[in-house]
Amino acid sequence: MEDFNWKEYLKDSFISMLWFSLLLFPMLVMKITVKGGMADVTYRWGYLVVIPVSAFILSALWKYFRERQQGGDKADKRGEIAALFRRTFIENRTVKKVSIISAILIMAFYPVFSGMYNTNVMISALIYIMLGLGLNIVLGLGGMLHLGHAAFFAVGAYTYGLFFKYAGQFFVDAGISTGWMFWIALPAGGIMAAVFGVLLSLPVLRLRGDYLAIVTLAFGEIMRMVLQNWGNVTGGATGISLIPRPWLFGINVTPRLAAVYIYYIVFAFVIISIITVSRLENSRIGRAWEAMREDEIACQSMGIDLVRNKLTAFILGSVWAGVAGVLFASQTTYINPDSFTIWESILILCIVVLGGTGSISGVILGALIIKLLPEYMRAFAQYRLLVFGLALVLMMIFRPGGIIKKVRKIYRFPLDEENDAAAEGQN
Amino acid sequence: MEKIMEIDNLSMVFGGLKAIDNVNMSINSGAITALIGPNGAGKTTLFNCITGVYKPTSGSVSIKKPGQKESEKISGLKPHIINRKGLARTFQNIRLFSNMSVLENVMVGRHHKLKANIMGALLRDRKTREEEEKVVNDSYEILKKINLHKFVNEMARNLPYGAQRRLEIARALSTDPFLLLLDEPAAGMNPLETRELEDTINRLRSEEKITILLIEHDMSLVMNISEHIYVVDYGKMIAEGSPDEVKRNPDVIKAYLGE
Amino acid sequence: MDYFLKLLLSGTAKGSIYALIALGYTMVYGIIKLINFAHGEIYMIGAFVALLVGGTLQSAGVNPAVILVVSTLAAVFFAAAYGLTMEKIAYKPLRTAPRLSVLISAIGMSMFLQNLVLLSQTEKYLSFPSFLPEFLFLKPIRGYINSTQFIILIITSIVMVLLTLLIKFTLIGKAMRATSQDREMAQLVGININSVITVTFIIGSATAAIGGILICSYMGQINYYIGFIAGIKAFVAAVLGGIGSIPGAVLGSFVLGWTESLGTGYISSDYEDSFAFIILILILTVKPSGILGRKENQKV
Repeated sequence: MEDFNWKEYLKDSFISMLWFSLLLFPMLVMKITVKGGMADVTYRWGYLVVIPVSAFILSALWKYFRERQQGGDKADKRGEIAALFRRTFIENRTVKKVSIISAILIMAFYPVFSGMYNTNVMISALIYIMLGLGLNIVLGLGGMLHLGHAAFFAVGAYTYGLFFKYAGQFFVDAGISTGWMFWIALPAGGIMAAVFGVLLSLPVLRLRGDYLAIVTLAFGEIMRMVLQNWGNVTGGATGISLIPRPWLFGINVTPRLAAVYIYYIVFAFVIISIITVSRLENSRIGRAWEAMREDEIACQSMGIDLVRNKLTAFILGSVWAGVAGVLFASQTTYINPDSFTIWESILILCIVVLGGTGSISGVILGALIIKLLPEYMRAFAQYRLLVFGLALVLMMIFRPGGIIKKVRKIYRFPLDEENDAAAEGQN
Repeated sequence: MEKIMEIDNLSMVFGGLKAIDNVNMSINSGAITALIGPNGAGKTTLFNCITGVYKPTSGSVSIKKPGQKESEKISGLKPHIINRKGLARTFQNIRLFSNMSVLENVMVGRHHKLKANIMGALLRDRKTREEEEKVVNDSYEILKKINLHKFVNEMARNLPYGAQRRLEIARALSTDPFLLLLDEPAAGMNPLETRELEDTINRLRSEEKITILLIEHDMSLVMNISEHIYVVDYGKMIAEGSPDEVKRNPDVIKAYLGE
Repeated sequence: MDYFLKLLLSGTAKGSIYALIALGYTMVYGIIKLINFAHGEIYMIGAFVALLVGGTLQSAGVNPAVILVVSTLAAVFFAAAYGLTMEKIAYKPLRTAPRLSVLISAIGMSMFLQNLVLLSQTEKYLSFPSFLPEFLFLKPIRGYINSTQFIILIITSIVMVLLTLLIKFTLIGKAMRATSQDREMAQLVGININSVITVTFIIGSATAAIGGILICSYMGQINYYIGFIAGIKAFVAAVLGGIGSIPGAVLGSFVLGWTESLGTGYISSDYEDSFAFIILILILTVKPSGILGRKENQKV
């Protein structure tokens, strides 16, 4: 720290103090209310202290971290410590095994030792893990920025909802428990999402990344508008209610038990998702995706069909969202278009990007943070979008790989002794 | 001699600029053909038209695989389709998958020869595992041919420059081409590496029976290995012939040295 | 025919507001190839500042003409300041990062600004007092065009002309054109890229703020969310006309304005916002380069 230039820090911080005080004055200090056509402005002078102080501190921190990011040698030392930490705690096989097993155990017995409220909260977190893993196939593996993931979530949920709305009476008349409908809707939701995925992706997969993002966003909004405005079919803004819970051996279960039951179904799906994503990653198709993300032109010239590979990733992601949608409908027993807005899609994007694009454990962590933090920290809840928005910006600048960076398993050729010796000799 | 590729009146226009202007060309089976010309003459654009990266504005490219009777038109097809028909290429500005290992780069080239689908990937049945094992071994064999096997587990971005160029060739080979298009394979290589490259190219032709078309600026390499040379300038084909003929051609001398 | 003419005129008014916002998108895209997701938020903030300043002056009993001028200037200044700051924080550090990273950063910025206004002001719709004057001479044709629409058309035309002159004839305009054609080359001939980008953000944000005031006066209400929808629509307009092209953005905006106006008039007003999205999907699948855009060729 011998060349720590505190004068420059002071100067910069002082300038940003003035600048942000000016910038935020109308938004934070002034507050508008309009009554009877007359605008009335009240002032919150307290902010005039808060803004300069925080701007001063944050500016200094910003400058410090930016310089550290750009400067080389000091970062190296820290990098070494971080690498040591990684080797001993994260990449260590025993540590990894123990933590995975204990996490599975905790999650497996979670509903046993927690109440119904907590179980329900955890169910929605698990559903978001599924959504995150689904988007991770599209974004993390396929490399496509997809801003309409919630639309496919909606397709799943509405497949179940509409199936119940129009075929429920038939099941009742025939004397079959409506709980069975869940098990039919589950694959149907996935299939419907796949169908929509094909319909959307066939024309747009050729588009460049940023255009693809906007088109998927537009698709999501169209979907929501249709659900909202096509009232006599979809139930409009009020949606569909009284969707049956899954069937459990014909037992009329209490809501508490039903929650536990759904918990285990969702938990099983999360496990399946994790296995699926990790196996896909380390397969022939995962290899092609990796190559595609690195260089599309070289990839094509090696005989790989880009459109087909992107389509596979897109559809797989959609299917996951569709299945998650059915699970969501069965948990809440009530759906309406508000659960599937563009912000839902962006929240899922936050899960993947903040957690770690392409990293399974990252996505799980991301989903837990984004779903559980606002739930258990009520004071934080209203600020969550503000915080997540800022976190997206900062993450892209300081840690583009997310909280848990993706570590790809690399294919190694098992060199035997003889080969090794030969290689040595040639060196 | 059997012709395995024929380019007929090919033109490529960008905006108002004719990057390639009515080019005709043919490649003989088993030959090493070179494409030379000053910078910006349209050589790489021609490669891009052949391999499907660009759709030519007019004219056609057709191929006749060795042993086949009918020739087929490939211009306008997608790059991956053209590659699957047996044309593989390397890139002038190295386009390796730099965050993948040397082995993986080659494995990607064998992608479309494999059959494992999503179910195979999920279930990891015996067929899939055997196939994966085979592709690893095949890829290693290809690396051996190009003498890159000592780097097999290195990351592609960590290779020395010359080795990266050779890895480009190995990756192209892994798609089993009958015609290999090399875009400045010797660029940035030292004389020793260039010699080694010359051997490799000769070996590919004699042992693997692969026909080669290369763009190159290193004239001694070009004159040493190629049987036939095409010269382009400002998108036009200005000369062709054996190395000696091309060397004496006044148009070529003018194009290279100016008037 | 009357009905059609009326719809066409209101479509023109709407389209000219979209044009004011679309210009910012298209200019920023032309220069740093970024879909500035948060551009709509800048326009919303501009309108809010106009409301805050205008409201303060109104309750102090100031002359309406003074209110109009002062609140417009304030809105333009603050919008430009927000645009500039946003560029410095969220985009400048990512100059060499992959395109998708910058896009994600822009999405984050959009979320942040929207919620900043939501939390610090209100989530409710506020009625936006009309600062704009009434023209008596328009009385006979009021059935077709009202004063607000008339002012919108006039102001938009003035801004367009000024912008065209700026880009065609000034030094900074030349630098902007050069940068959008080839950033590296522009740098080599001594153009300071960073200042070009800064100026682009300032101009784009300032025109957006004018658009913000006009659209809020037209609609008569304001809300933290208006920036998002209008932003997306303006983006659609820019893509429709060919992103990166300034005349394209204007043309695309009018086409979008007319489509929306005629669509809601003859089909259904429930789907007003979805016309833009449907056009977007159609144009990108059929002709991604837009009406006046040039095809980008990838370098190999």
